[in-house]
Amino acid sequence: MSELITLPKLGFDMAEGTLVRWLKQVGDSVKKGDVLLEVETDKATVEVEALASGLLKGTFAEAGSVLPVGTLIGVIAGAEEKVDLDALRLQAGGAEAVPAPVAKAVTPAPAAPPPTSATPQPAVAVPASDGMLRVSPIAQRMAAQAGVDLKLVRGSGPEGRIIKRDIEMFMAGGTPAQPAAVARPQLAAGSVPASRLRKAIARRMTESKTAIPHFYLTVDVDMADALRAREQLNAMLEAADAKLSVNDFIVKGAALALLKFPNLNAVYRGDAVELMAQVHVGVAVSVPGGLMTVVVRDADAKPLATIGAEVRAMAARARAGKVQPADIEGSTFTTSNLGMYGIEHFAAIINPPEVAILATGAVQAVPVVRNGQVVPGTIMRATLSADHRVTDGAEAAQFMQYFKQLLEQPMRLLV
Amino acid sequence: MATLTVREALSQALWEEMEANSKIILLGEEIGVWGGTYAVTRGFHEHFGAERVRDTPISESAIVGAAIGAAMTGLRPVAELMTINFAFSAFDMIVNQAAKLHYMFNGQVNLPLIIRTPSGGGRQLGATHSQTPDAIFAHFPGLRVVAPATPRDSKGMLKQALRQNDPVLFIENATLYQQRGDVPDGDLTVPLDKSVMAREGKDVTLVTYSKMYYATMKAAEQLAVAGIQAEVIDLRCLRPLDMAPVVESVKKTNRAVVVEEGWMSYGVGAEVSARLHSECFDYLDAPVKRVAQSEVPLPYNQRLEQMALPDQEKIVRAAKEVLYV
Repeated sequence: MSELITLPKLGFDMAEGTLVRWLKQVGDSVKKGDVLLEVETDKATVEVEALASGLLKGTFAEAGSVLPVGTLIGVIAGAEEKVDLDALRLQAGGAEAVPAPVAKAVTPAPAAPPPTSATPQPAVAVPASDGMLRVSPIAQRMAAQAGVDLKLVRGSGPEGRIIKRDIEMFMAGGTPAQPAAVARPQLAAGSVPASRLRKAIARRMTESKTAIPHFYLTVDVDMADALRAREQLNAMLEAADAKLSVNDFIVKGAALALLKFPNLNAVYRGDAVELMAQVHVGVAVSVPGGLMTVVVRDADAKPLATIGAEVRAMAARARAGKVQPADIEGSTFTTSNLGMYGIEHFAAIINPPEVAILATGAVQAVPVVRNGQVVPGTIMRATLSADHRVTDGAEAAQFMQYFKQLLEQPMRLLV
Repeated sequence: MATLTVREALSQALWEEMEANSKIILLGEEIGVWGGTYAVTRGFHEHFGAERVRDTPISESAIVGAAIGAAMTGLRPVAELMTINFAFSAFDMIVNQAAKLHYMFNGQVNLPLIIRTPSGGGRQLGATHSQTPDAIFAHFPGLRVVAPATPRDSKGMLKQALRQNDPVLFIENATLYQQRGDVPDGDLTVPLDKSVMAREGKDVTLVTYSKMYYATMKAAEQLAVAGIQAEVIDLRCLRPLDMAPVVESVKKTNRAVVVEEGWMSYGVGAEVSARLHSECFDYLDAPVKRVAQSEVPLPYNQRLEQMALPDQEKIVRAAKEVLYV
């Protein structure tokens, strides 16, 4: 006859104990009275003896486990006796062993798995402590008649009892009394391991924002003429996918302005500012899990349509995870545009080792004062973030002034 | 329409019926020459004479026993017991004789007998003289047990009791004799087996009777101030118990509180609550709650006595509990 070994209660107030070690191994012959294992309580380490003779057929808890009193931890049975170890293991598993504090310290807790599904899970009723779903009779009847799933209704009565008003509110579409009534996307809490891209962004942005003394200059650019020019040019361009975007104008404008202010088309090397021979304008592109900067080489020399086509192609590759090294290397200046999200203006973080970055917002219809009159205007706000170690306000301001002129007289971008 | 006290209403009922029916006689302690402990029968002795208004020895058993014999032989006796607590001295006469003779003699005899007696506490009369044992008597088949609250019902039900042939325990309340209320003029009778809705509401049903009717109506007013519309049902009759208006009301409100002056255990609230759970379980949104006297012999000390008795505040609290507010 098999003898189940449970964690013994070794003191009046003992609720759990640590299984220090087994002194018998599975398969060992055991005589009644033999020391089987050691259990540590709050007060002492106690030897636990076998209560029956036979073979130690199985153990279900490892050394170091902290277990509630009464947990099944092993079984002794006759040599020929059949024991359903799987069933016993299942039974033993009912009370889950927690690692002892010591083990905890050296074994990092596994990160929670990333959410596997984005399907919104309806919040369920808060069950009473005994897990019973309490429903008043009238609420039960109303729910049955209306076809309401009681699991979706949060009870506001005692011990979570679902009462009439809960059903009424649920059927009315939910109220603060039972927010569970509205199927709401469940927030996927948990730890998500950082991707390599995320880590790179984190490192570079921290490096930039902590090491580089940024300063910021914002200017309003009247985009009325640029939009008109874009409209005329697009009318001439046959292929729909070749249409010019506002961003192409920005890249071209920045590139031309950099030709005139080479100090901003540079790399800071600590003891020297390395002026770059060419103008390679980076364009920040959002990609799944982060952002990348694709690079329009010699942007100052390229027609708007070419700039647009290159950016579109590189951005597509970046988003598809098929970016080529040349797409993202060698920029001498970066532009970042959040206009498509309706952002009015923002300040970007310099992309090291560059000296400046241009952030542009949405082109917006706003009232402007022209010749003392308030008239409808089409304004885009552009903000330059610049490295004060390399340049100063006046130079950066002149850069922005020139950039503004280029965009406001868009014909200059075409020559 | 006249405004009468309960005392005047009862007195009128007896007077009018005695004028109309010479078979009605009264018997009890000090009801004749002295006019009755609560003066319900003042002037009766002079008007109707000692034959029909009989002062008796101090023996409740003798009073009820004599009334039973009189009823069996064709009279319509109205026995008055000074308090319901003394009915225990006549317990065998009431529950074994009055309640069962019609049945035991295979319907050969009727017992058109009324036992009038005041119940209830709150007047510092001590534990033995302050009880509300109404439910005990309502336990016995064969007896009608009624307990009106208003002057109108007091008059109408007493007159009705005097015109039918079953033994009736007519429970009054010592604190209600001075209670005033409108009583319709003319020949008024009120059925002995009908509960009545005393106040209309939709949020919670308060079921009560006798003295607690008044505390319950006040509680309903207080609840109304808080936006809770309580419906009040006055049972009026404990046996037979007319549950129809109660069930109808609870089907509407889904919640009930039963208010009684007596002890909670095995009481009127227990019966009403049990009936509600069996007759309209599917309509309940909360367990039925009972408001009753604390389970102690009623203290003599005035404050303790009042604490032990149900009151307006306890009713309001119970109503809010079944409303989950």
